[in-house]
Amino acid sequence: MKILMFGWEFPPHISGGLGTACYGLTKGLSKFHDVEVLFVIPKAFGDEDQSSVRVLNASDVHVSKRDITLKGFEKEMSLIEVDSILIPYTGPEEYFSIMKRYESHNRRILEGDYEGKFNFTGTYGPDLYSEIVNYSIVASSIALENEFDVIHAHDWLTFPAGIAAKEASGKPLVIHVHATDFDRSGGNVNPRVFNIEKQGMEAADKIITVSNWTRDIVINKYGINPDKIFTVYNAVEPISEMDKVSIRKGISDKIVTFLGRITLQKGPEYFVEAAYKVLKKMNNVRFVMAGSGDMLNKMIVRSAHLGISNRFHFTGFLSGDDVYQMYSISDLYVMPSVSEPFGISPLEAIQSNVPVIISRQSGVAEVLNHAIKIDFWDIDALADAIYGILNYPALSIMFKKYGKQEVDKLKWETSAGFVRDIYLSLTS
Amino acid sequence: MKTICLYFQVHQPFRFKRYRFFEIGNNHYYYDDYSNESIMRKMASKSYMPTNKLLLELFKEYGSRFKVAFSISGTALDQFELYAPEVLDSFKKLAQTGCVEFLSETYSHSLASLSNKDEFESQIKEHDAKIFKYFNKKPVIFRNTELIYNNEIGQWISDLGYKAVITEGAKHILGWKSPNYVYCNAVNPRLKLILKNYRLSDDIAFRFSDHSWNEFPLTAEKFVSWLKNLDPKEDTVNLFMNYETFGGLQPKESGIFNFLKALPKTVLSTNKISFSTPSDLIENFQPVGPLFVAHPISWADEERDVSAWLGNELQQEAFSKLYDLRENVLKTEDAKINLDWKYLQTSDHFYYMCTKFFIQGSMYSYYNPYSSPYDAFINYMNILSDFEIRVNDELKPKIRKSTRIAKKVTEVASKNNRKRSTIKVKSTKAAPLRKAGNSAKIVNTKKKPESGLNNKTAKENSKLLKSKKAATKKKEITKKPKADAKPNARKKIR
Repeated sequence: MKILMFGWEFPPHISGGLGTACYGLTKGLSKFHDVEVLFVIPKAFGDEDQSSVRVLNASDVHVSKRDITLKGFEKEMSLIEVDSILIPYTGPEEYFSIMKRYESHNRRILEGDYEGKFNFTGTYGPDLYSEIVNYSIVASSIALENEFDVIHAHDWLTFPAGIAAKEASGKPLVIHVHATDFDRSGGNVNPRVFNIEKQGMEAADKIITVSNWTRDIVINKYGINPDKIFTVYNAVEPISEMDKVSIRKGISDKIVTFLGRITLQKGPEYFVEAAYKVLKKMNNVRFVMAGSGDMLNKMIVRSAHLGISNRFHFTGFLSGDDVYQMYSISDLYVMPSVSEPFGISPLEAIQSNVPVIISRQSGVAEVLNHAIKIDFWDIDALADAIYGILNYPALSIMFKKYGKQEVDKLKWETSAGFVRDIYLSLTS
Repeated sequence: MKTICLYFQVHQPFRFKRYRFFEIGNNHYYYDDYSNESIMRKMASKSYMPTNKLLLELFKEYGSRFKVAFSISGTALDQFELYAPEVLDSFKKLAQTGCVEFLSETYSHSLASLSNKDEFESQIKEHDAKIFKYFNKKPVIFRNTELIYNNEIGQWISDLGYKAVITEGAKHILGWKSPNYVYCNAVNPRLKLILKNYRLSDDIAFRFSDHSWNEFPLTAEKFVSWLKNLDPKEDTVNLFMNYETFGGLQPKESGIFNFLKALPKTVLSTNKISFSTPSDLIENFQPVGPLFVAHPISWADEERDVSAWLGNELQQEAFSKLYDLRENVLKTEDAKINLDWKYLQTSDHFYYMCTKFFIQGSMYSYYNPYSSPYDAFINYMNILSDFEIRVNDELKPKIRKSTRIAKKVTEVASKNNRKRSTIKVKSTKAAPLRKAGNSAKIVNTKKKPESGLNNKTAKENSKLLKSKKAATKKKEITKKPKADAKPNARKKIR
């Protein structure tokens, strides 16, 4: 069984949760010998293999195909890289600002990459929608030139590509919903994005959602038939002892950490308000908000306004080892997301022996027992839970002991097994 | 001749309200009055009242041929008093029939037997006093919270003069032996053991309305036919269950009341099976042998041990923190603190912290007010933190008083010195000096303040002494009496 997968990111470029999930799932699928994945990714950074095959198509975009062997993969897999500057987890506005940043800082690379073939829309940078359309045109030509049994598209940006491939080949389409615009926007959806998502969901033969939380959104907000929607939870890559970084904590205070994009979806303001409540009652604690996003400045102002700036710290965007360093000095990880389709980061925190508080409005709350779950809006409950974990040591002991066991049980192989079952139901 | 021993457990905990950490030190009321009252009212109307009424009818019909035993926890009695006095009255009526035996237990349905012998004993005594007050009966048989028992607890109970103890017929203790006999304590054979037949008890208590059970539906005839098929040499079948089984866990619609109504008739019509109270049992039957129980057993879960209450770190932490406070609590002699102390010990609070049910799924989860064991733990610890502060605050004045006196003594001595020195310096105004002298005198003599004015100064002084800042201020006073004179005088006027 051959799967044409429109995915995101492959080593060495892994930046976010979506990339991690795609990578983990593909790795899990490689354990099954009857499943072969033909992986298609957009690739905006100019370090692709030059010896690769060049495929020309309507929009004159570079497409390269190569076979790769990856550590941890059971077998070789085919990877198709498409020159495209699609970036996972973005909305049109965010995409615009990222593009603007690229233009000013990485002008050379961009120009070198595209050799002027790419049509920039005036002075405002490339338009996300036309990029999506370009990508789907490439997808249909890839579909015509390759043999496969099932199409699998991850997240809304690749849904049009999935649909195009389905139309070109007549093969069944599985779409994988990692997030919806309802999560990102807090309810005020962008109608164009909503439409692309809805079209993808309607065209799909089967839909995979990363949690029942997301499944309910797909049913209720997009009006999709529940019978074709299946929940497959994400998993987490086990971290080896070597990967664990530990730095000496320079202060004796307890550290409570928020780590993620500082956007409406992640509920940073609830973290600030809860911190204020906790700080009224105890002193030996510091709060850290790690990450960046459009609400960062607002949060800085708010913490200053509350007069807790001396105990409330902002680190800016963290990546790679810095993330693990942050975990290693944290006594508690808080994820007060307003709407979180899954949320892999609490699992990573638990792997680093950090207890977690997660919002009930998250998919990860469905798989974790040994964590405190609160409603994101319930600042009192959140503050109470933070205080409890910091002051009653038995809680941390319990979480460290059982949380880890629980997370270790979440294996990509298991998730991939469920995905495989879905493929089988479409091919047989 | 075989006999059935029926014993019903009546218990309701005082559930705590949501108690946030910012209430610690500010709010000393812990109880969720609404849910306590509403659950009690619900249970009273669905279970306690109708079952009591039925039992009363049955006692009238069969006289002393039908008998049951009750153990009613102190917290349940308190709640009857608060929310459902009619239930208490109906139990009193049952008591007057002479067909009912009341058992002894710990007042607050606590786990004190696993921590502290003295606390255990004092709670038993308190409970017995309460039973005597309401029902005019003195219990002679003991049943521990959740039927928790081991050799040592048996010893304690025996030392208190009880003839027998009721516990679980746990398989891992009995092995090949049958629960349908009277046994005795392994160390002290004078203490008899009455064991629950958990299979037959649970057929009624848990499986009665279970449609997936292959014996469903259960009728009195079917049940009695099982009893008839038991080994004729066996003495007794002990059916122990929560009283809320009738009308609560098994709703009225399941036909549980009809079952209970038909049971005595069906049993007695065989002429081979009778009813006994636990006291009858130990009078009529000799123990067949000792039962050695090293580790505590209980009637809970598959494990029949105490892991449902003290199985994880959260429970152990809360439990040890609670009992660490005991000595100080006893010192306070404060009625409110002592009441909270009792209600804090109720086993249910620890049960809510159990994490076993993540795997098993629980029959009792319906009664659990918390969304997770962690939630239960945090709430409990917040309350316990406040309780601890109250206990310590209550003890403080006593300690402070003695240190205050000591401080005063040294102060007076220094003042005497200062008097001399200030006189030498010839401070312009004598007023502050006099004041200081007065206050010193008052504290010294302590019990006889000379006038209202002086009394005020004494109070002010003691207030000042409370904080260290005030103490340093005092030092300043000795240095410059002039500067301090004005604010002091203003306070006094007010």
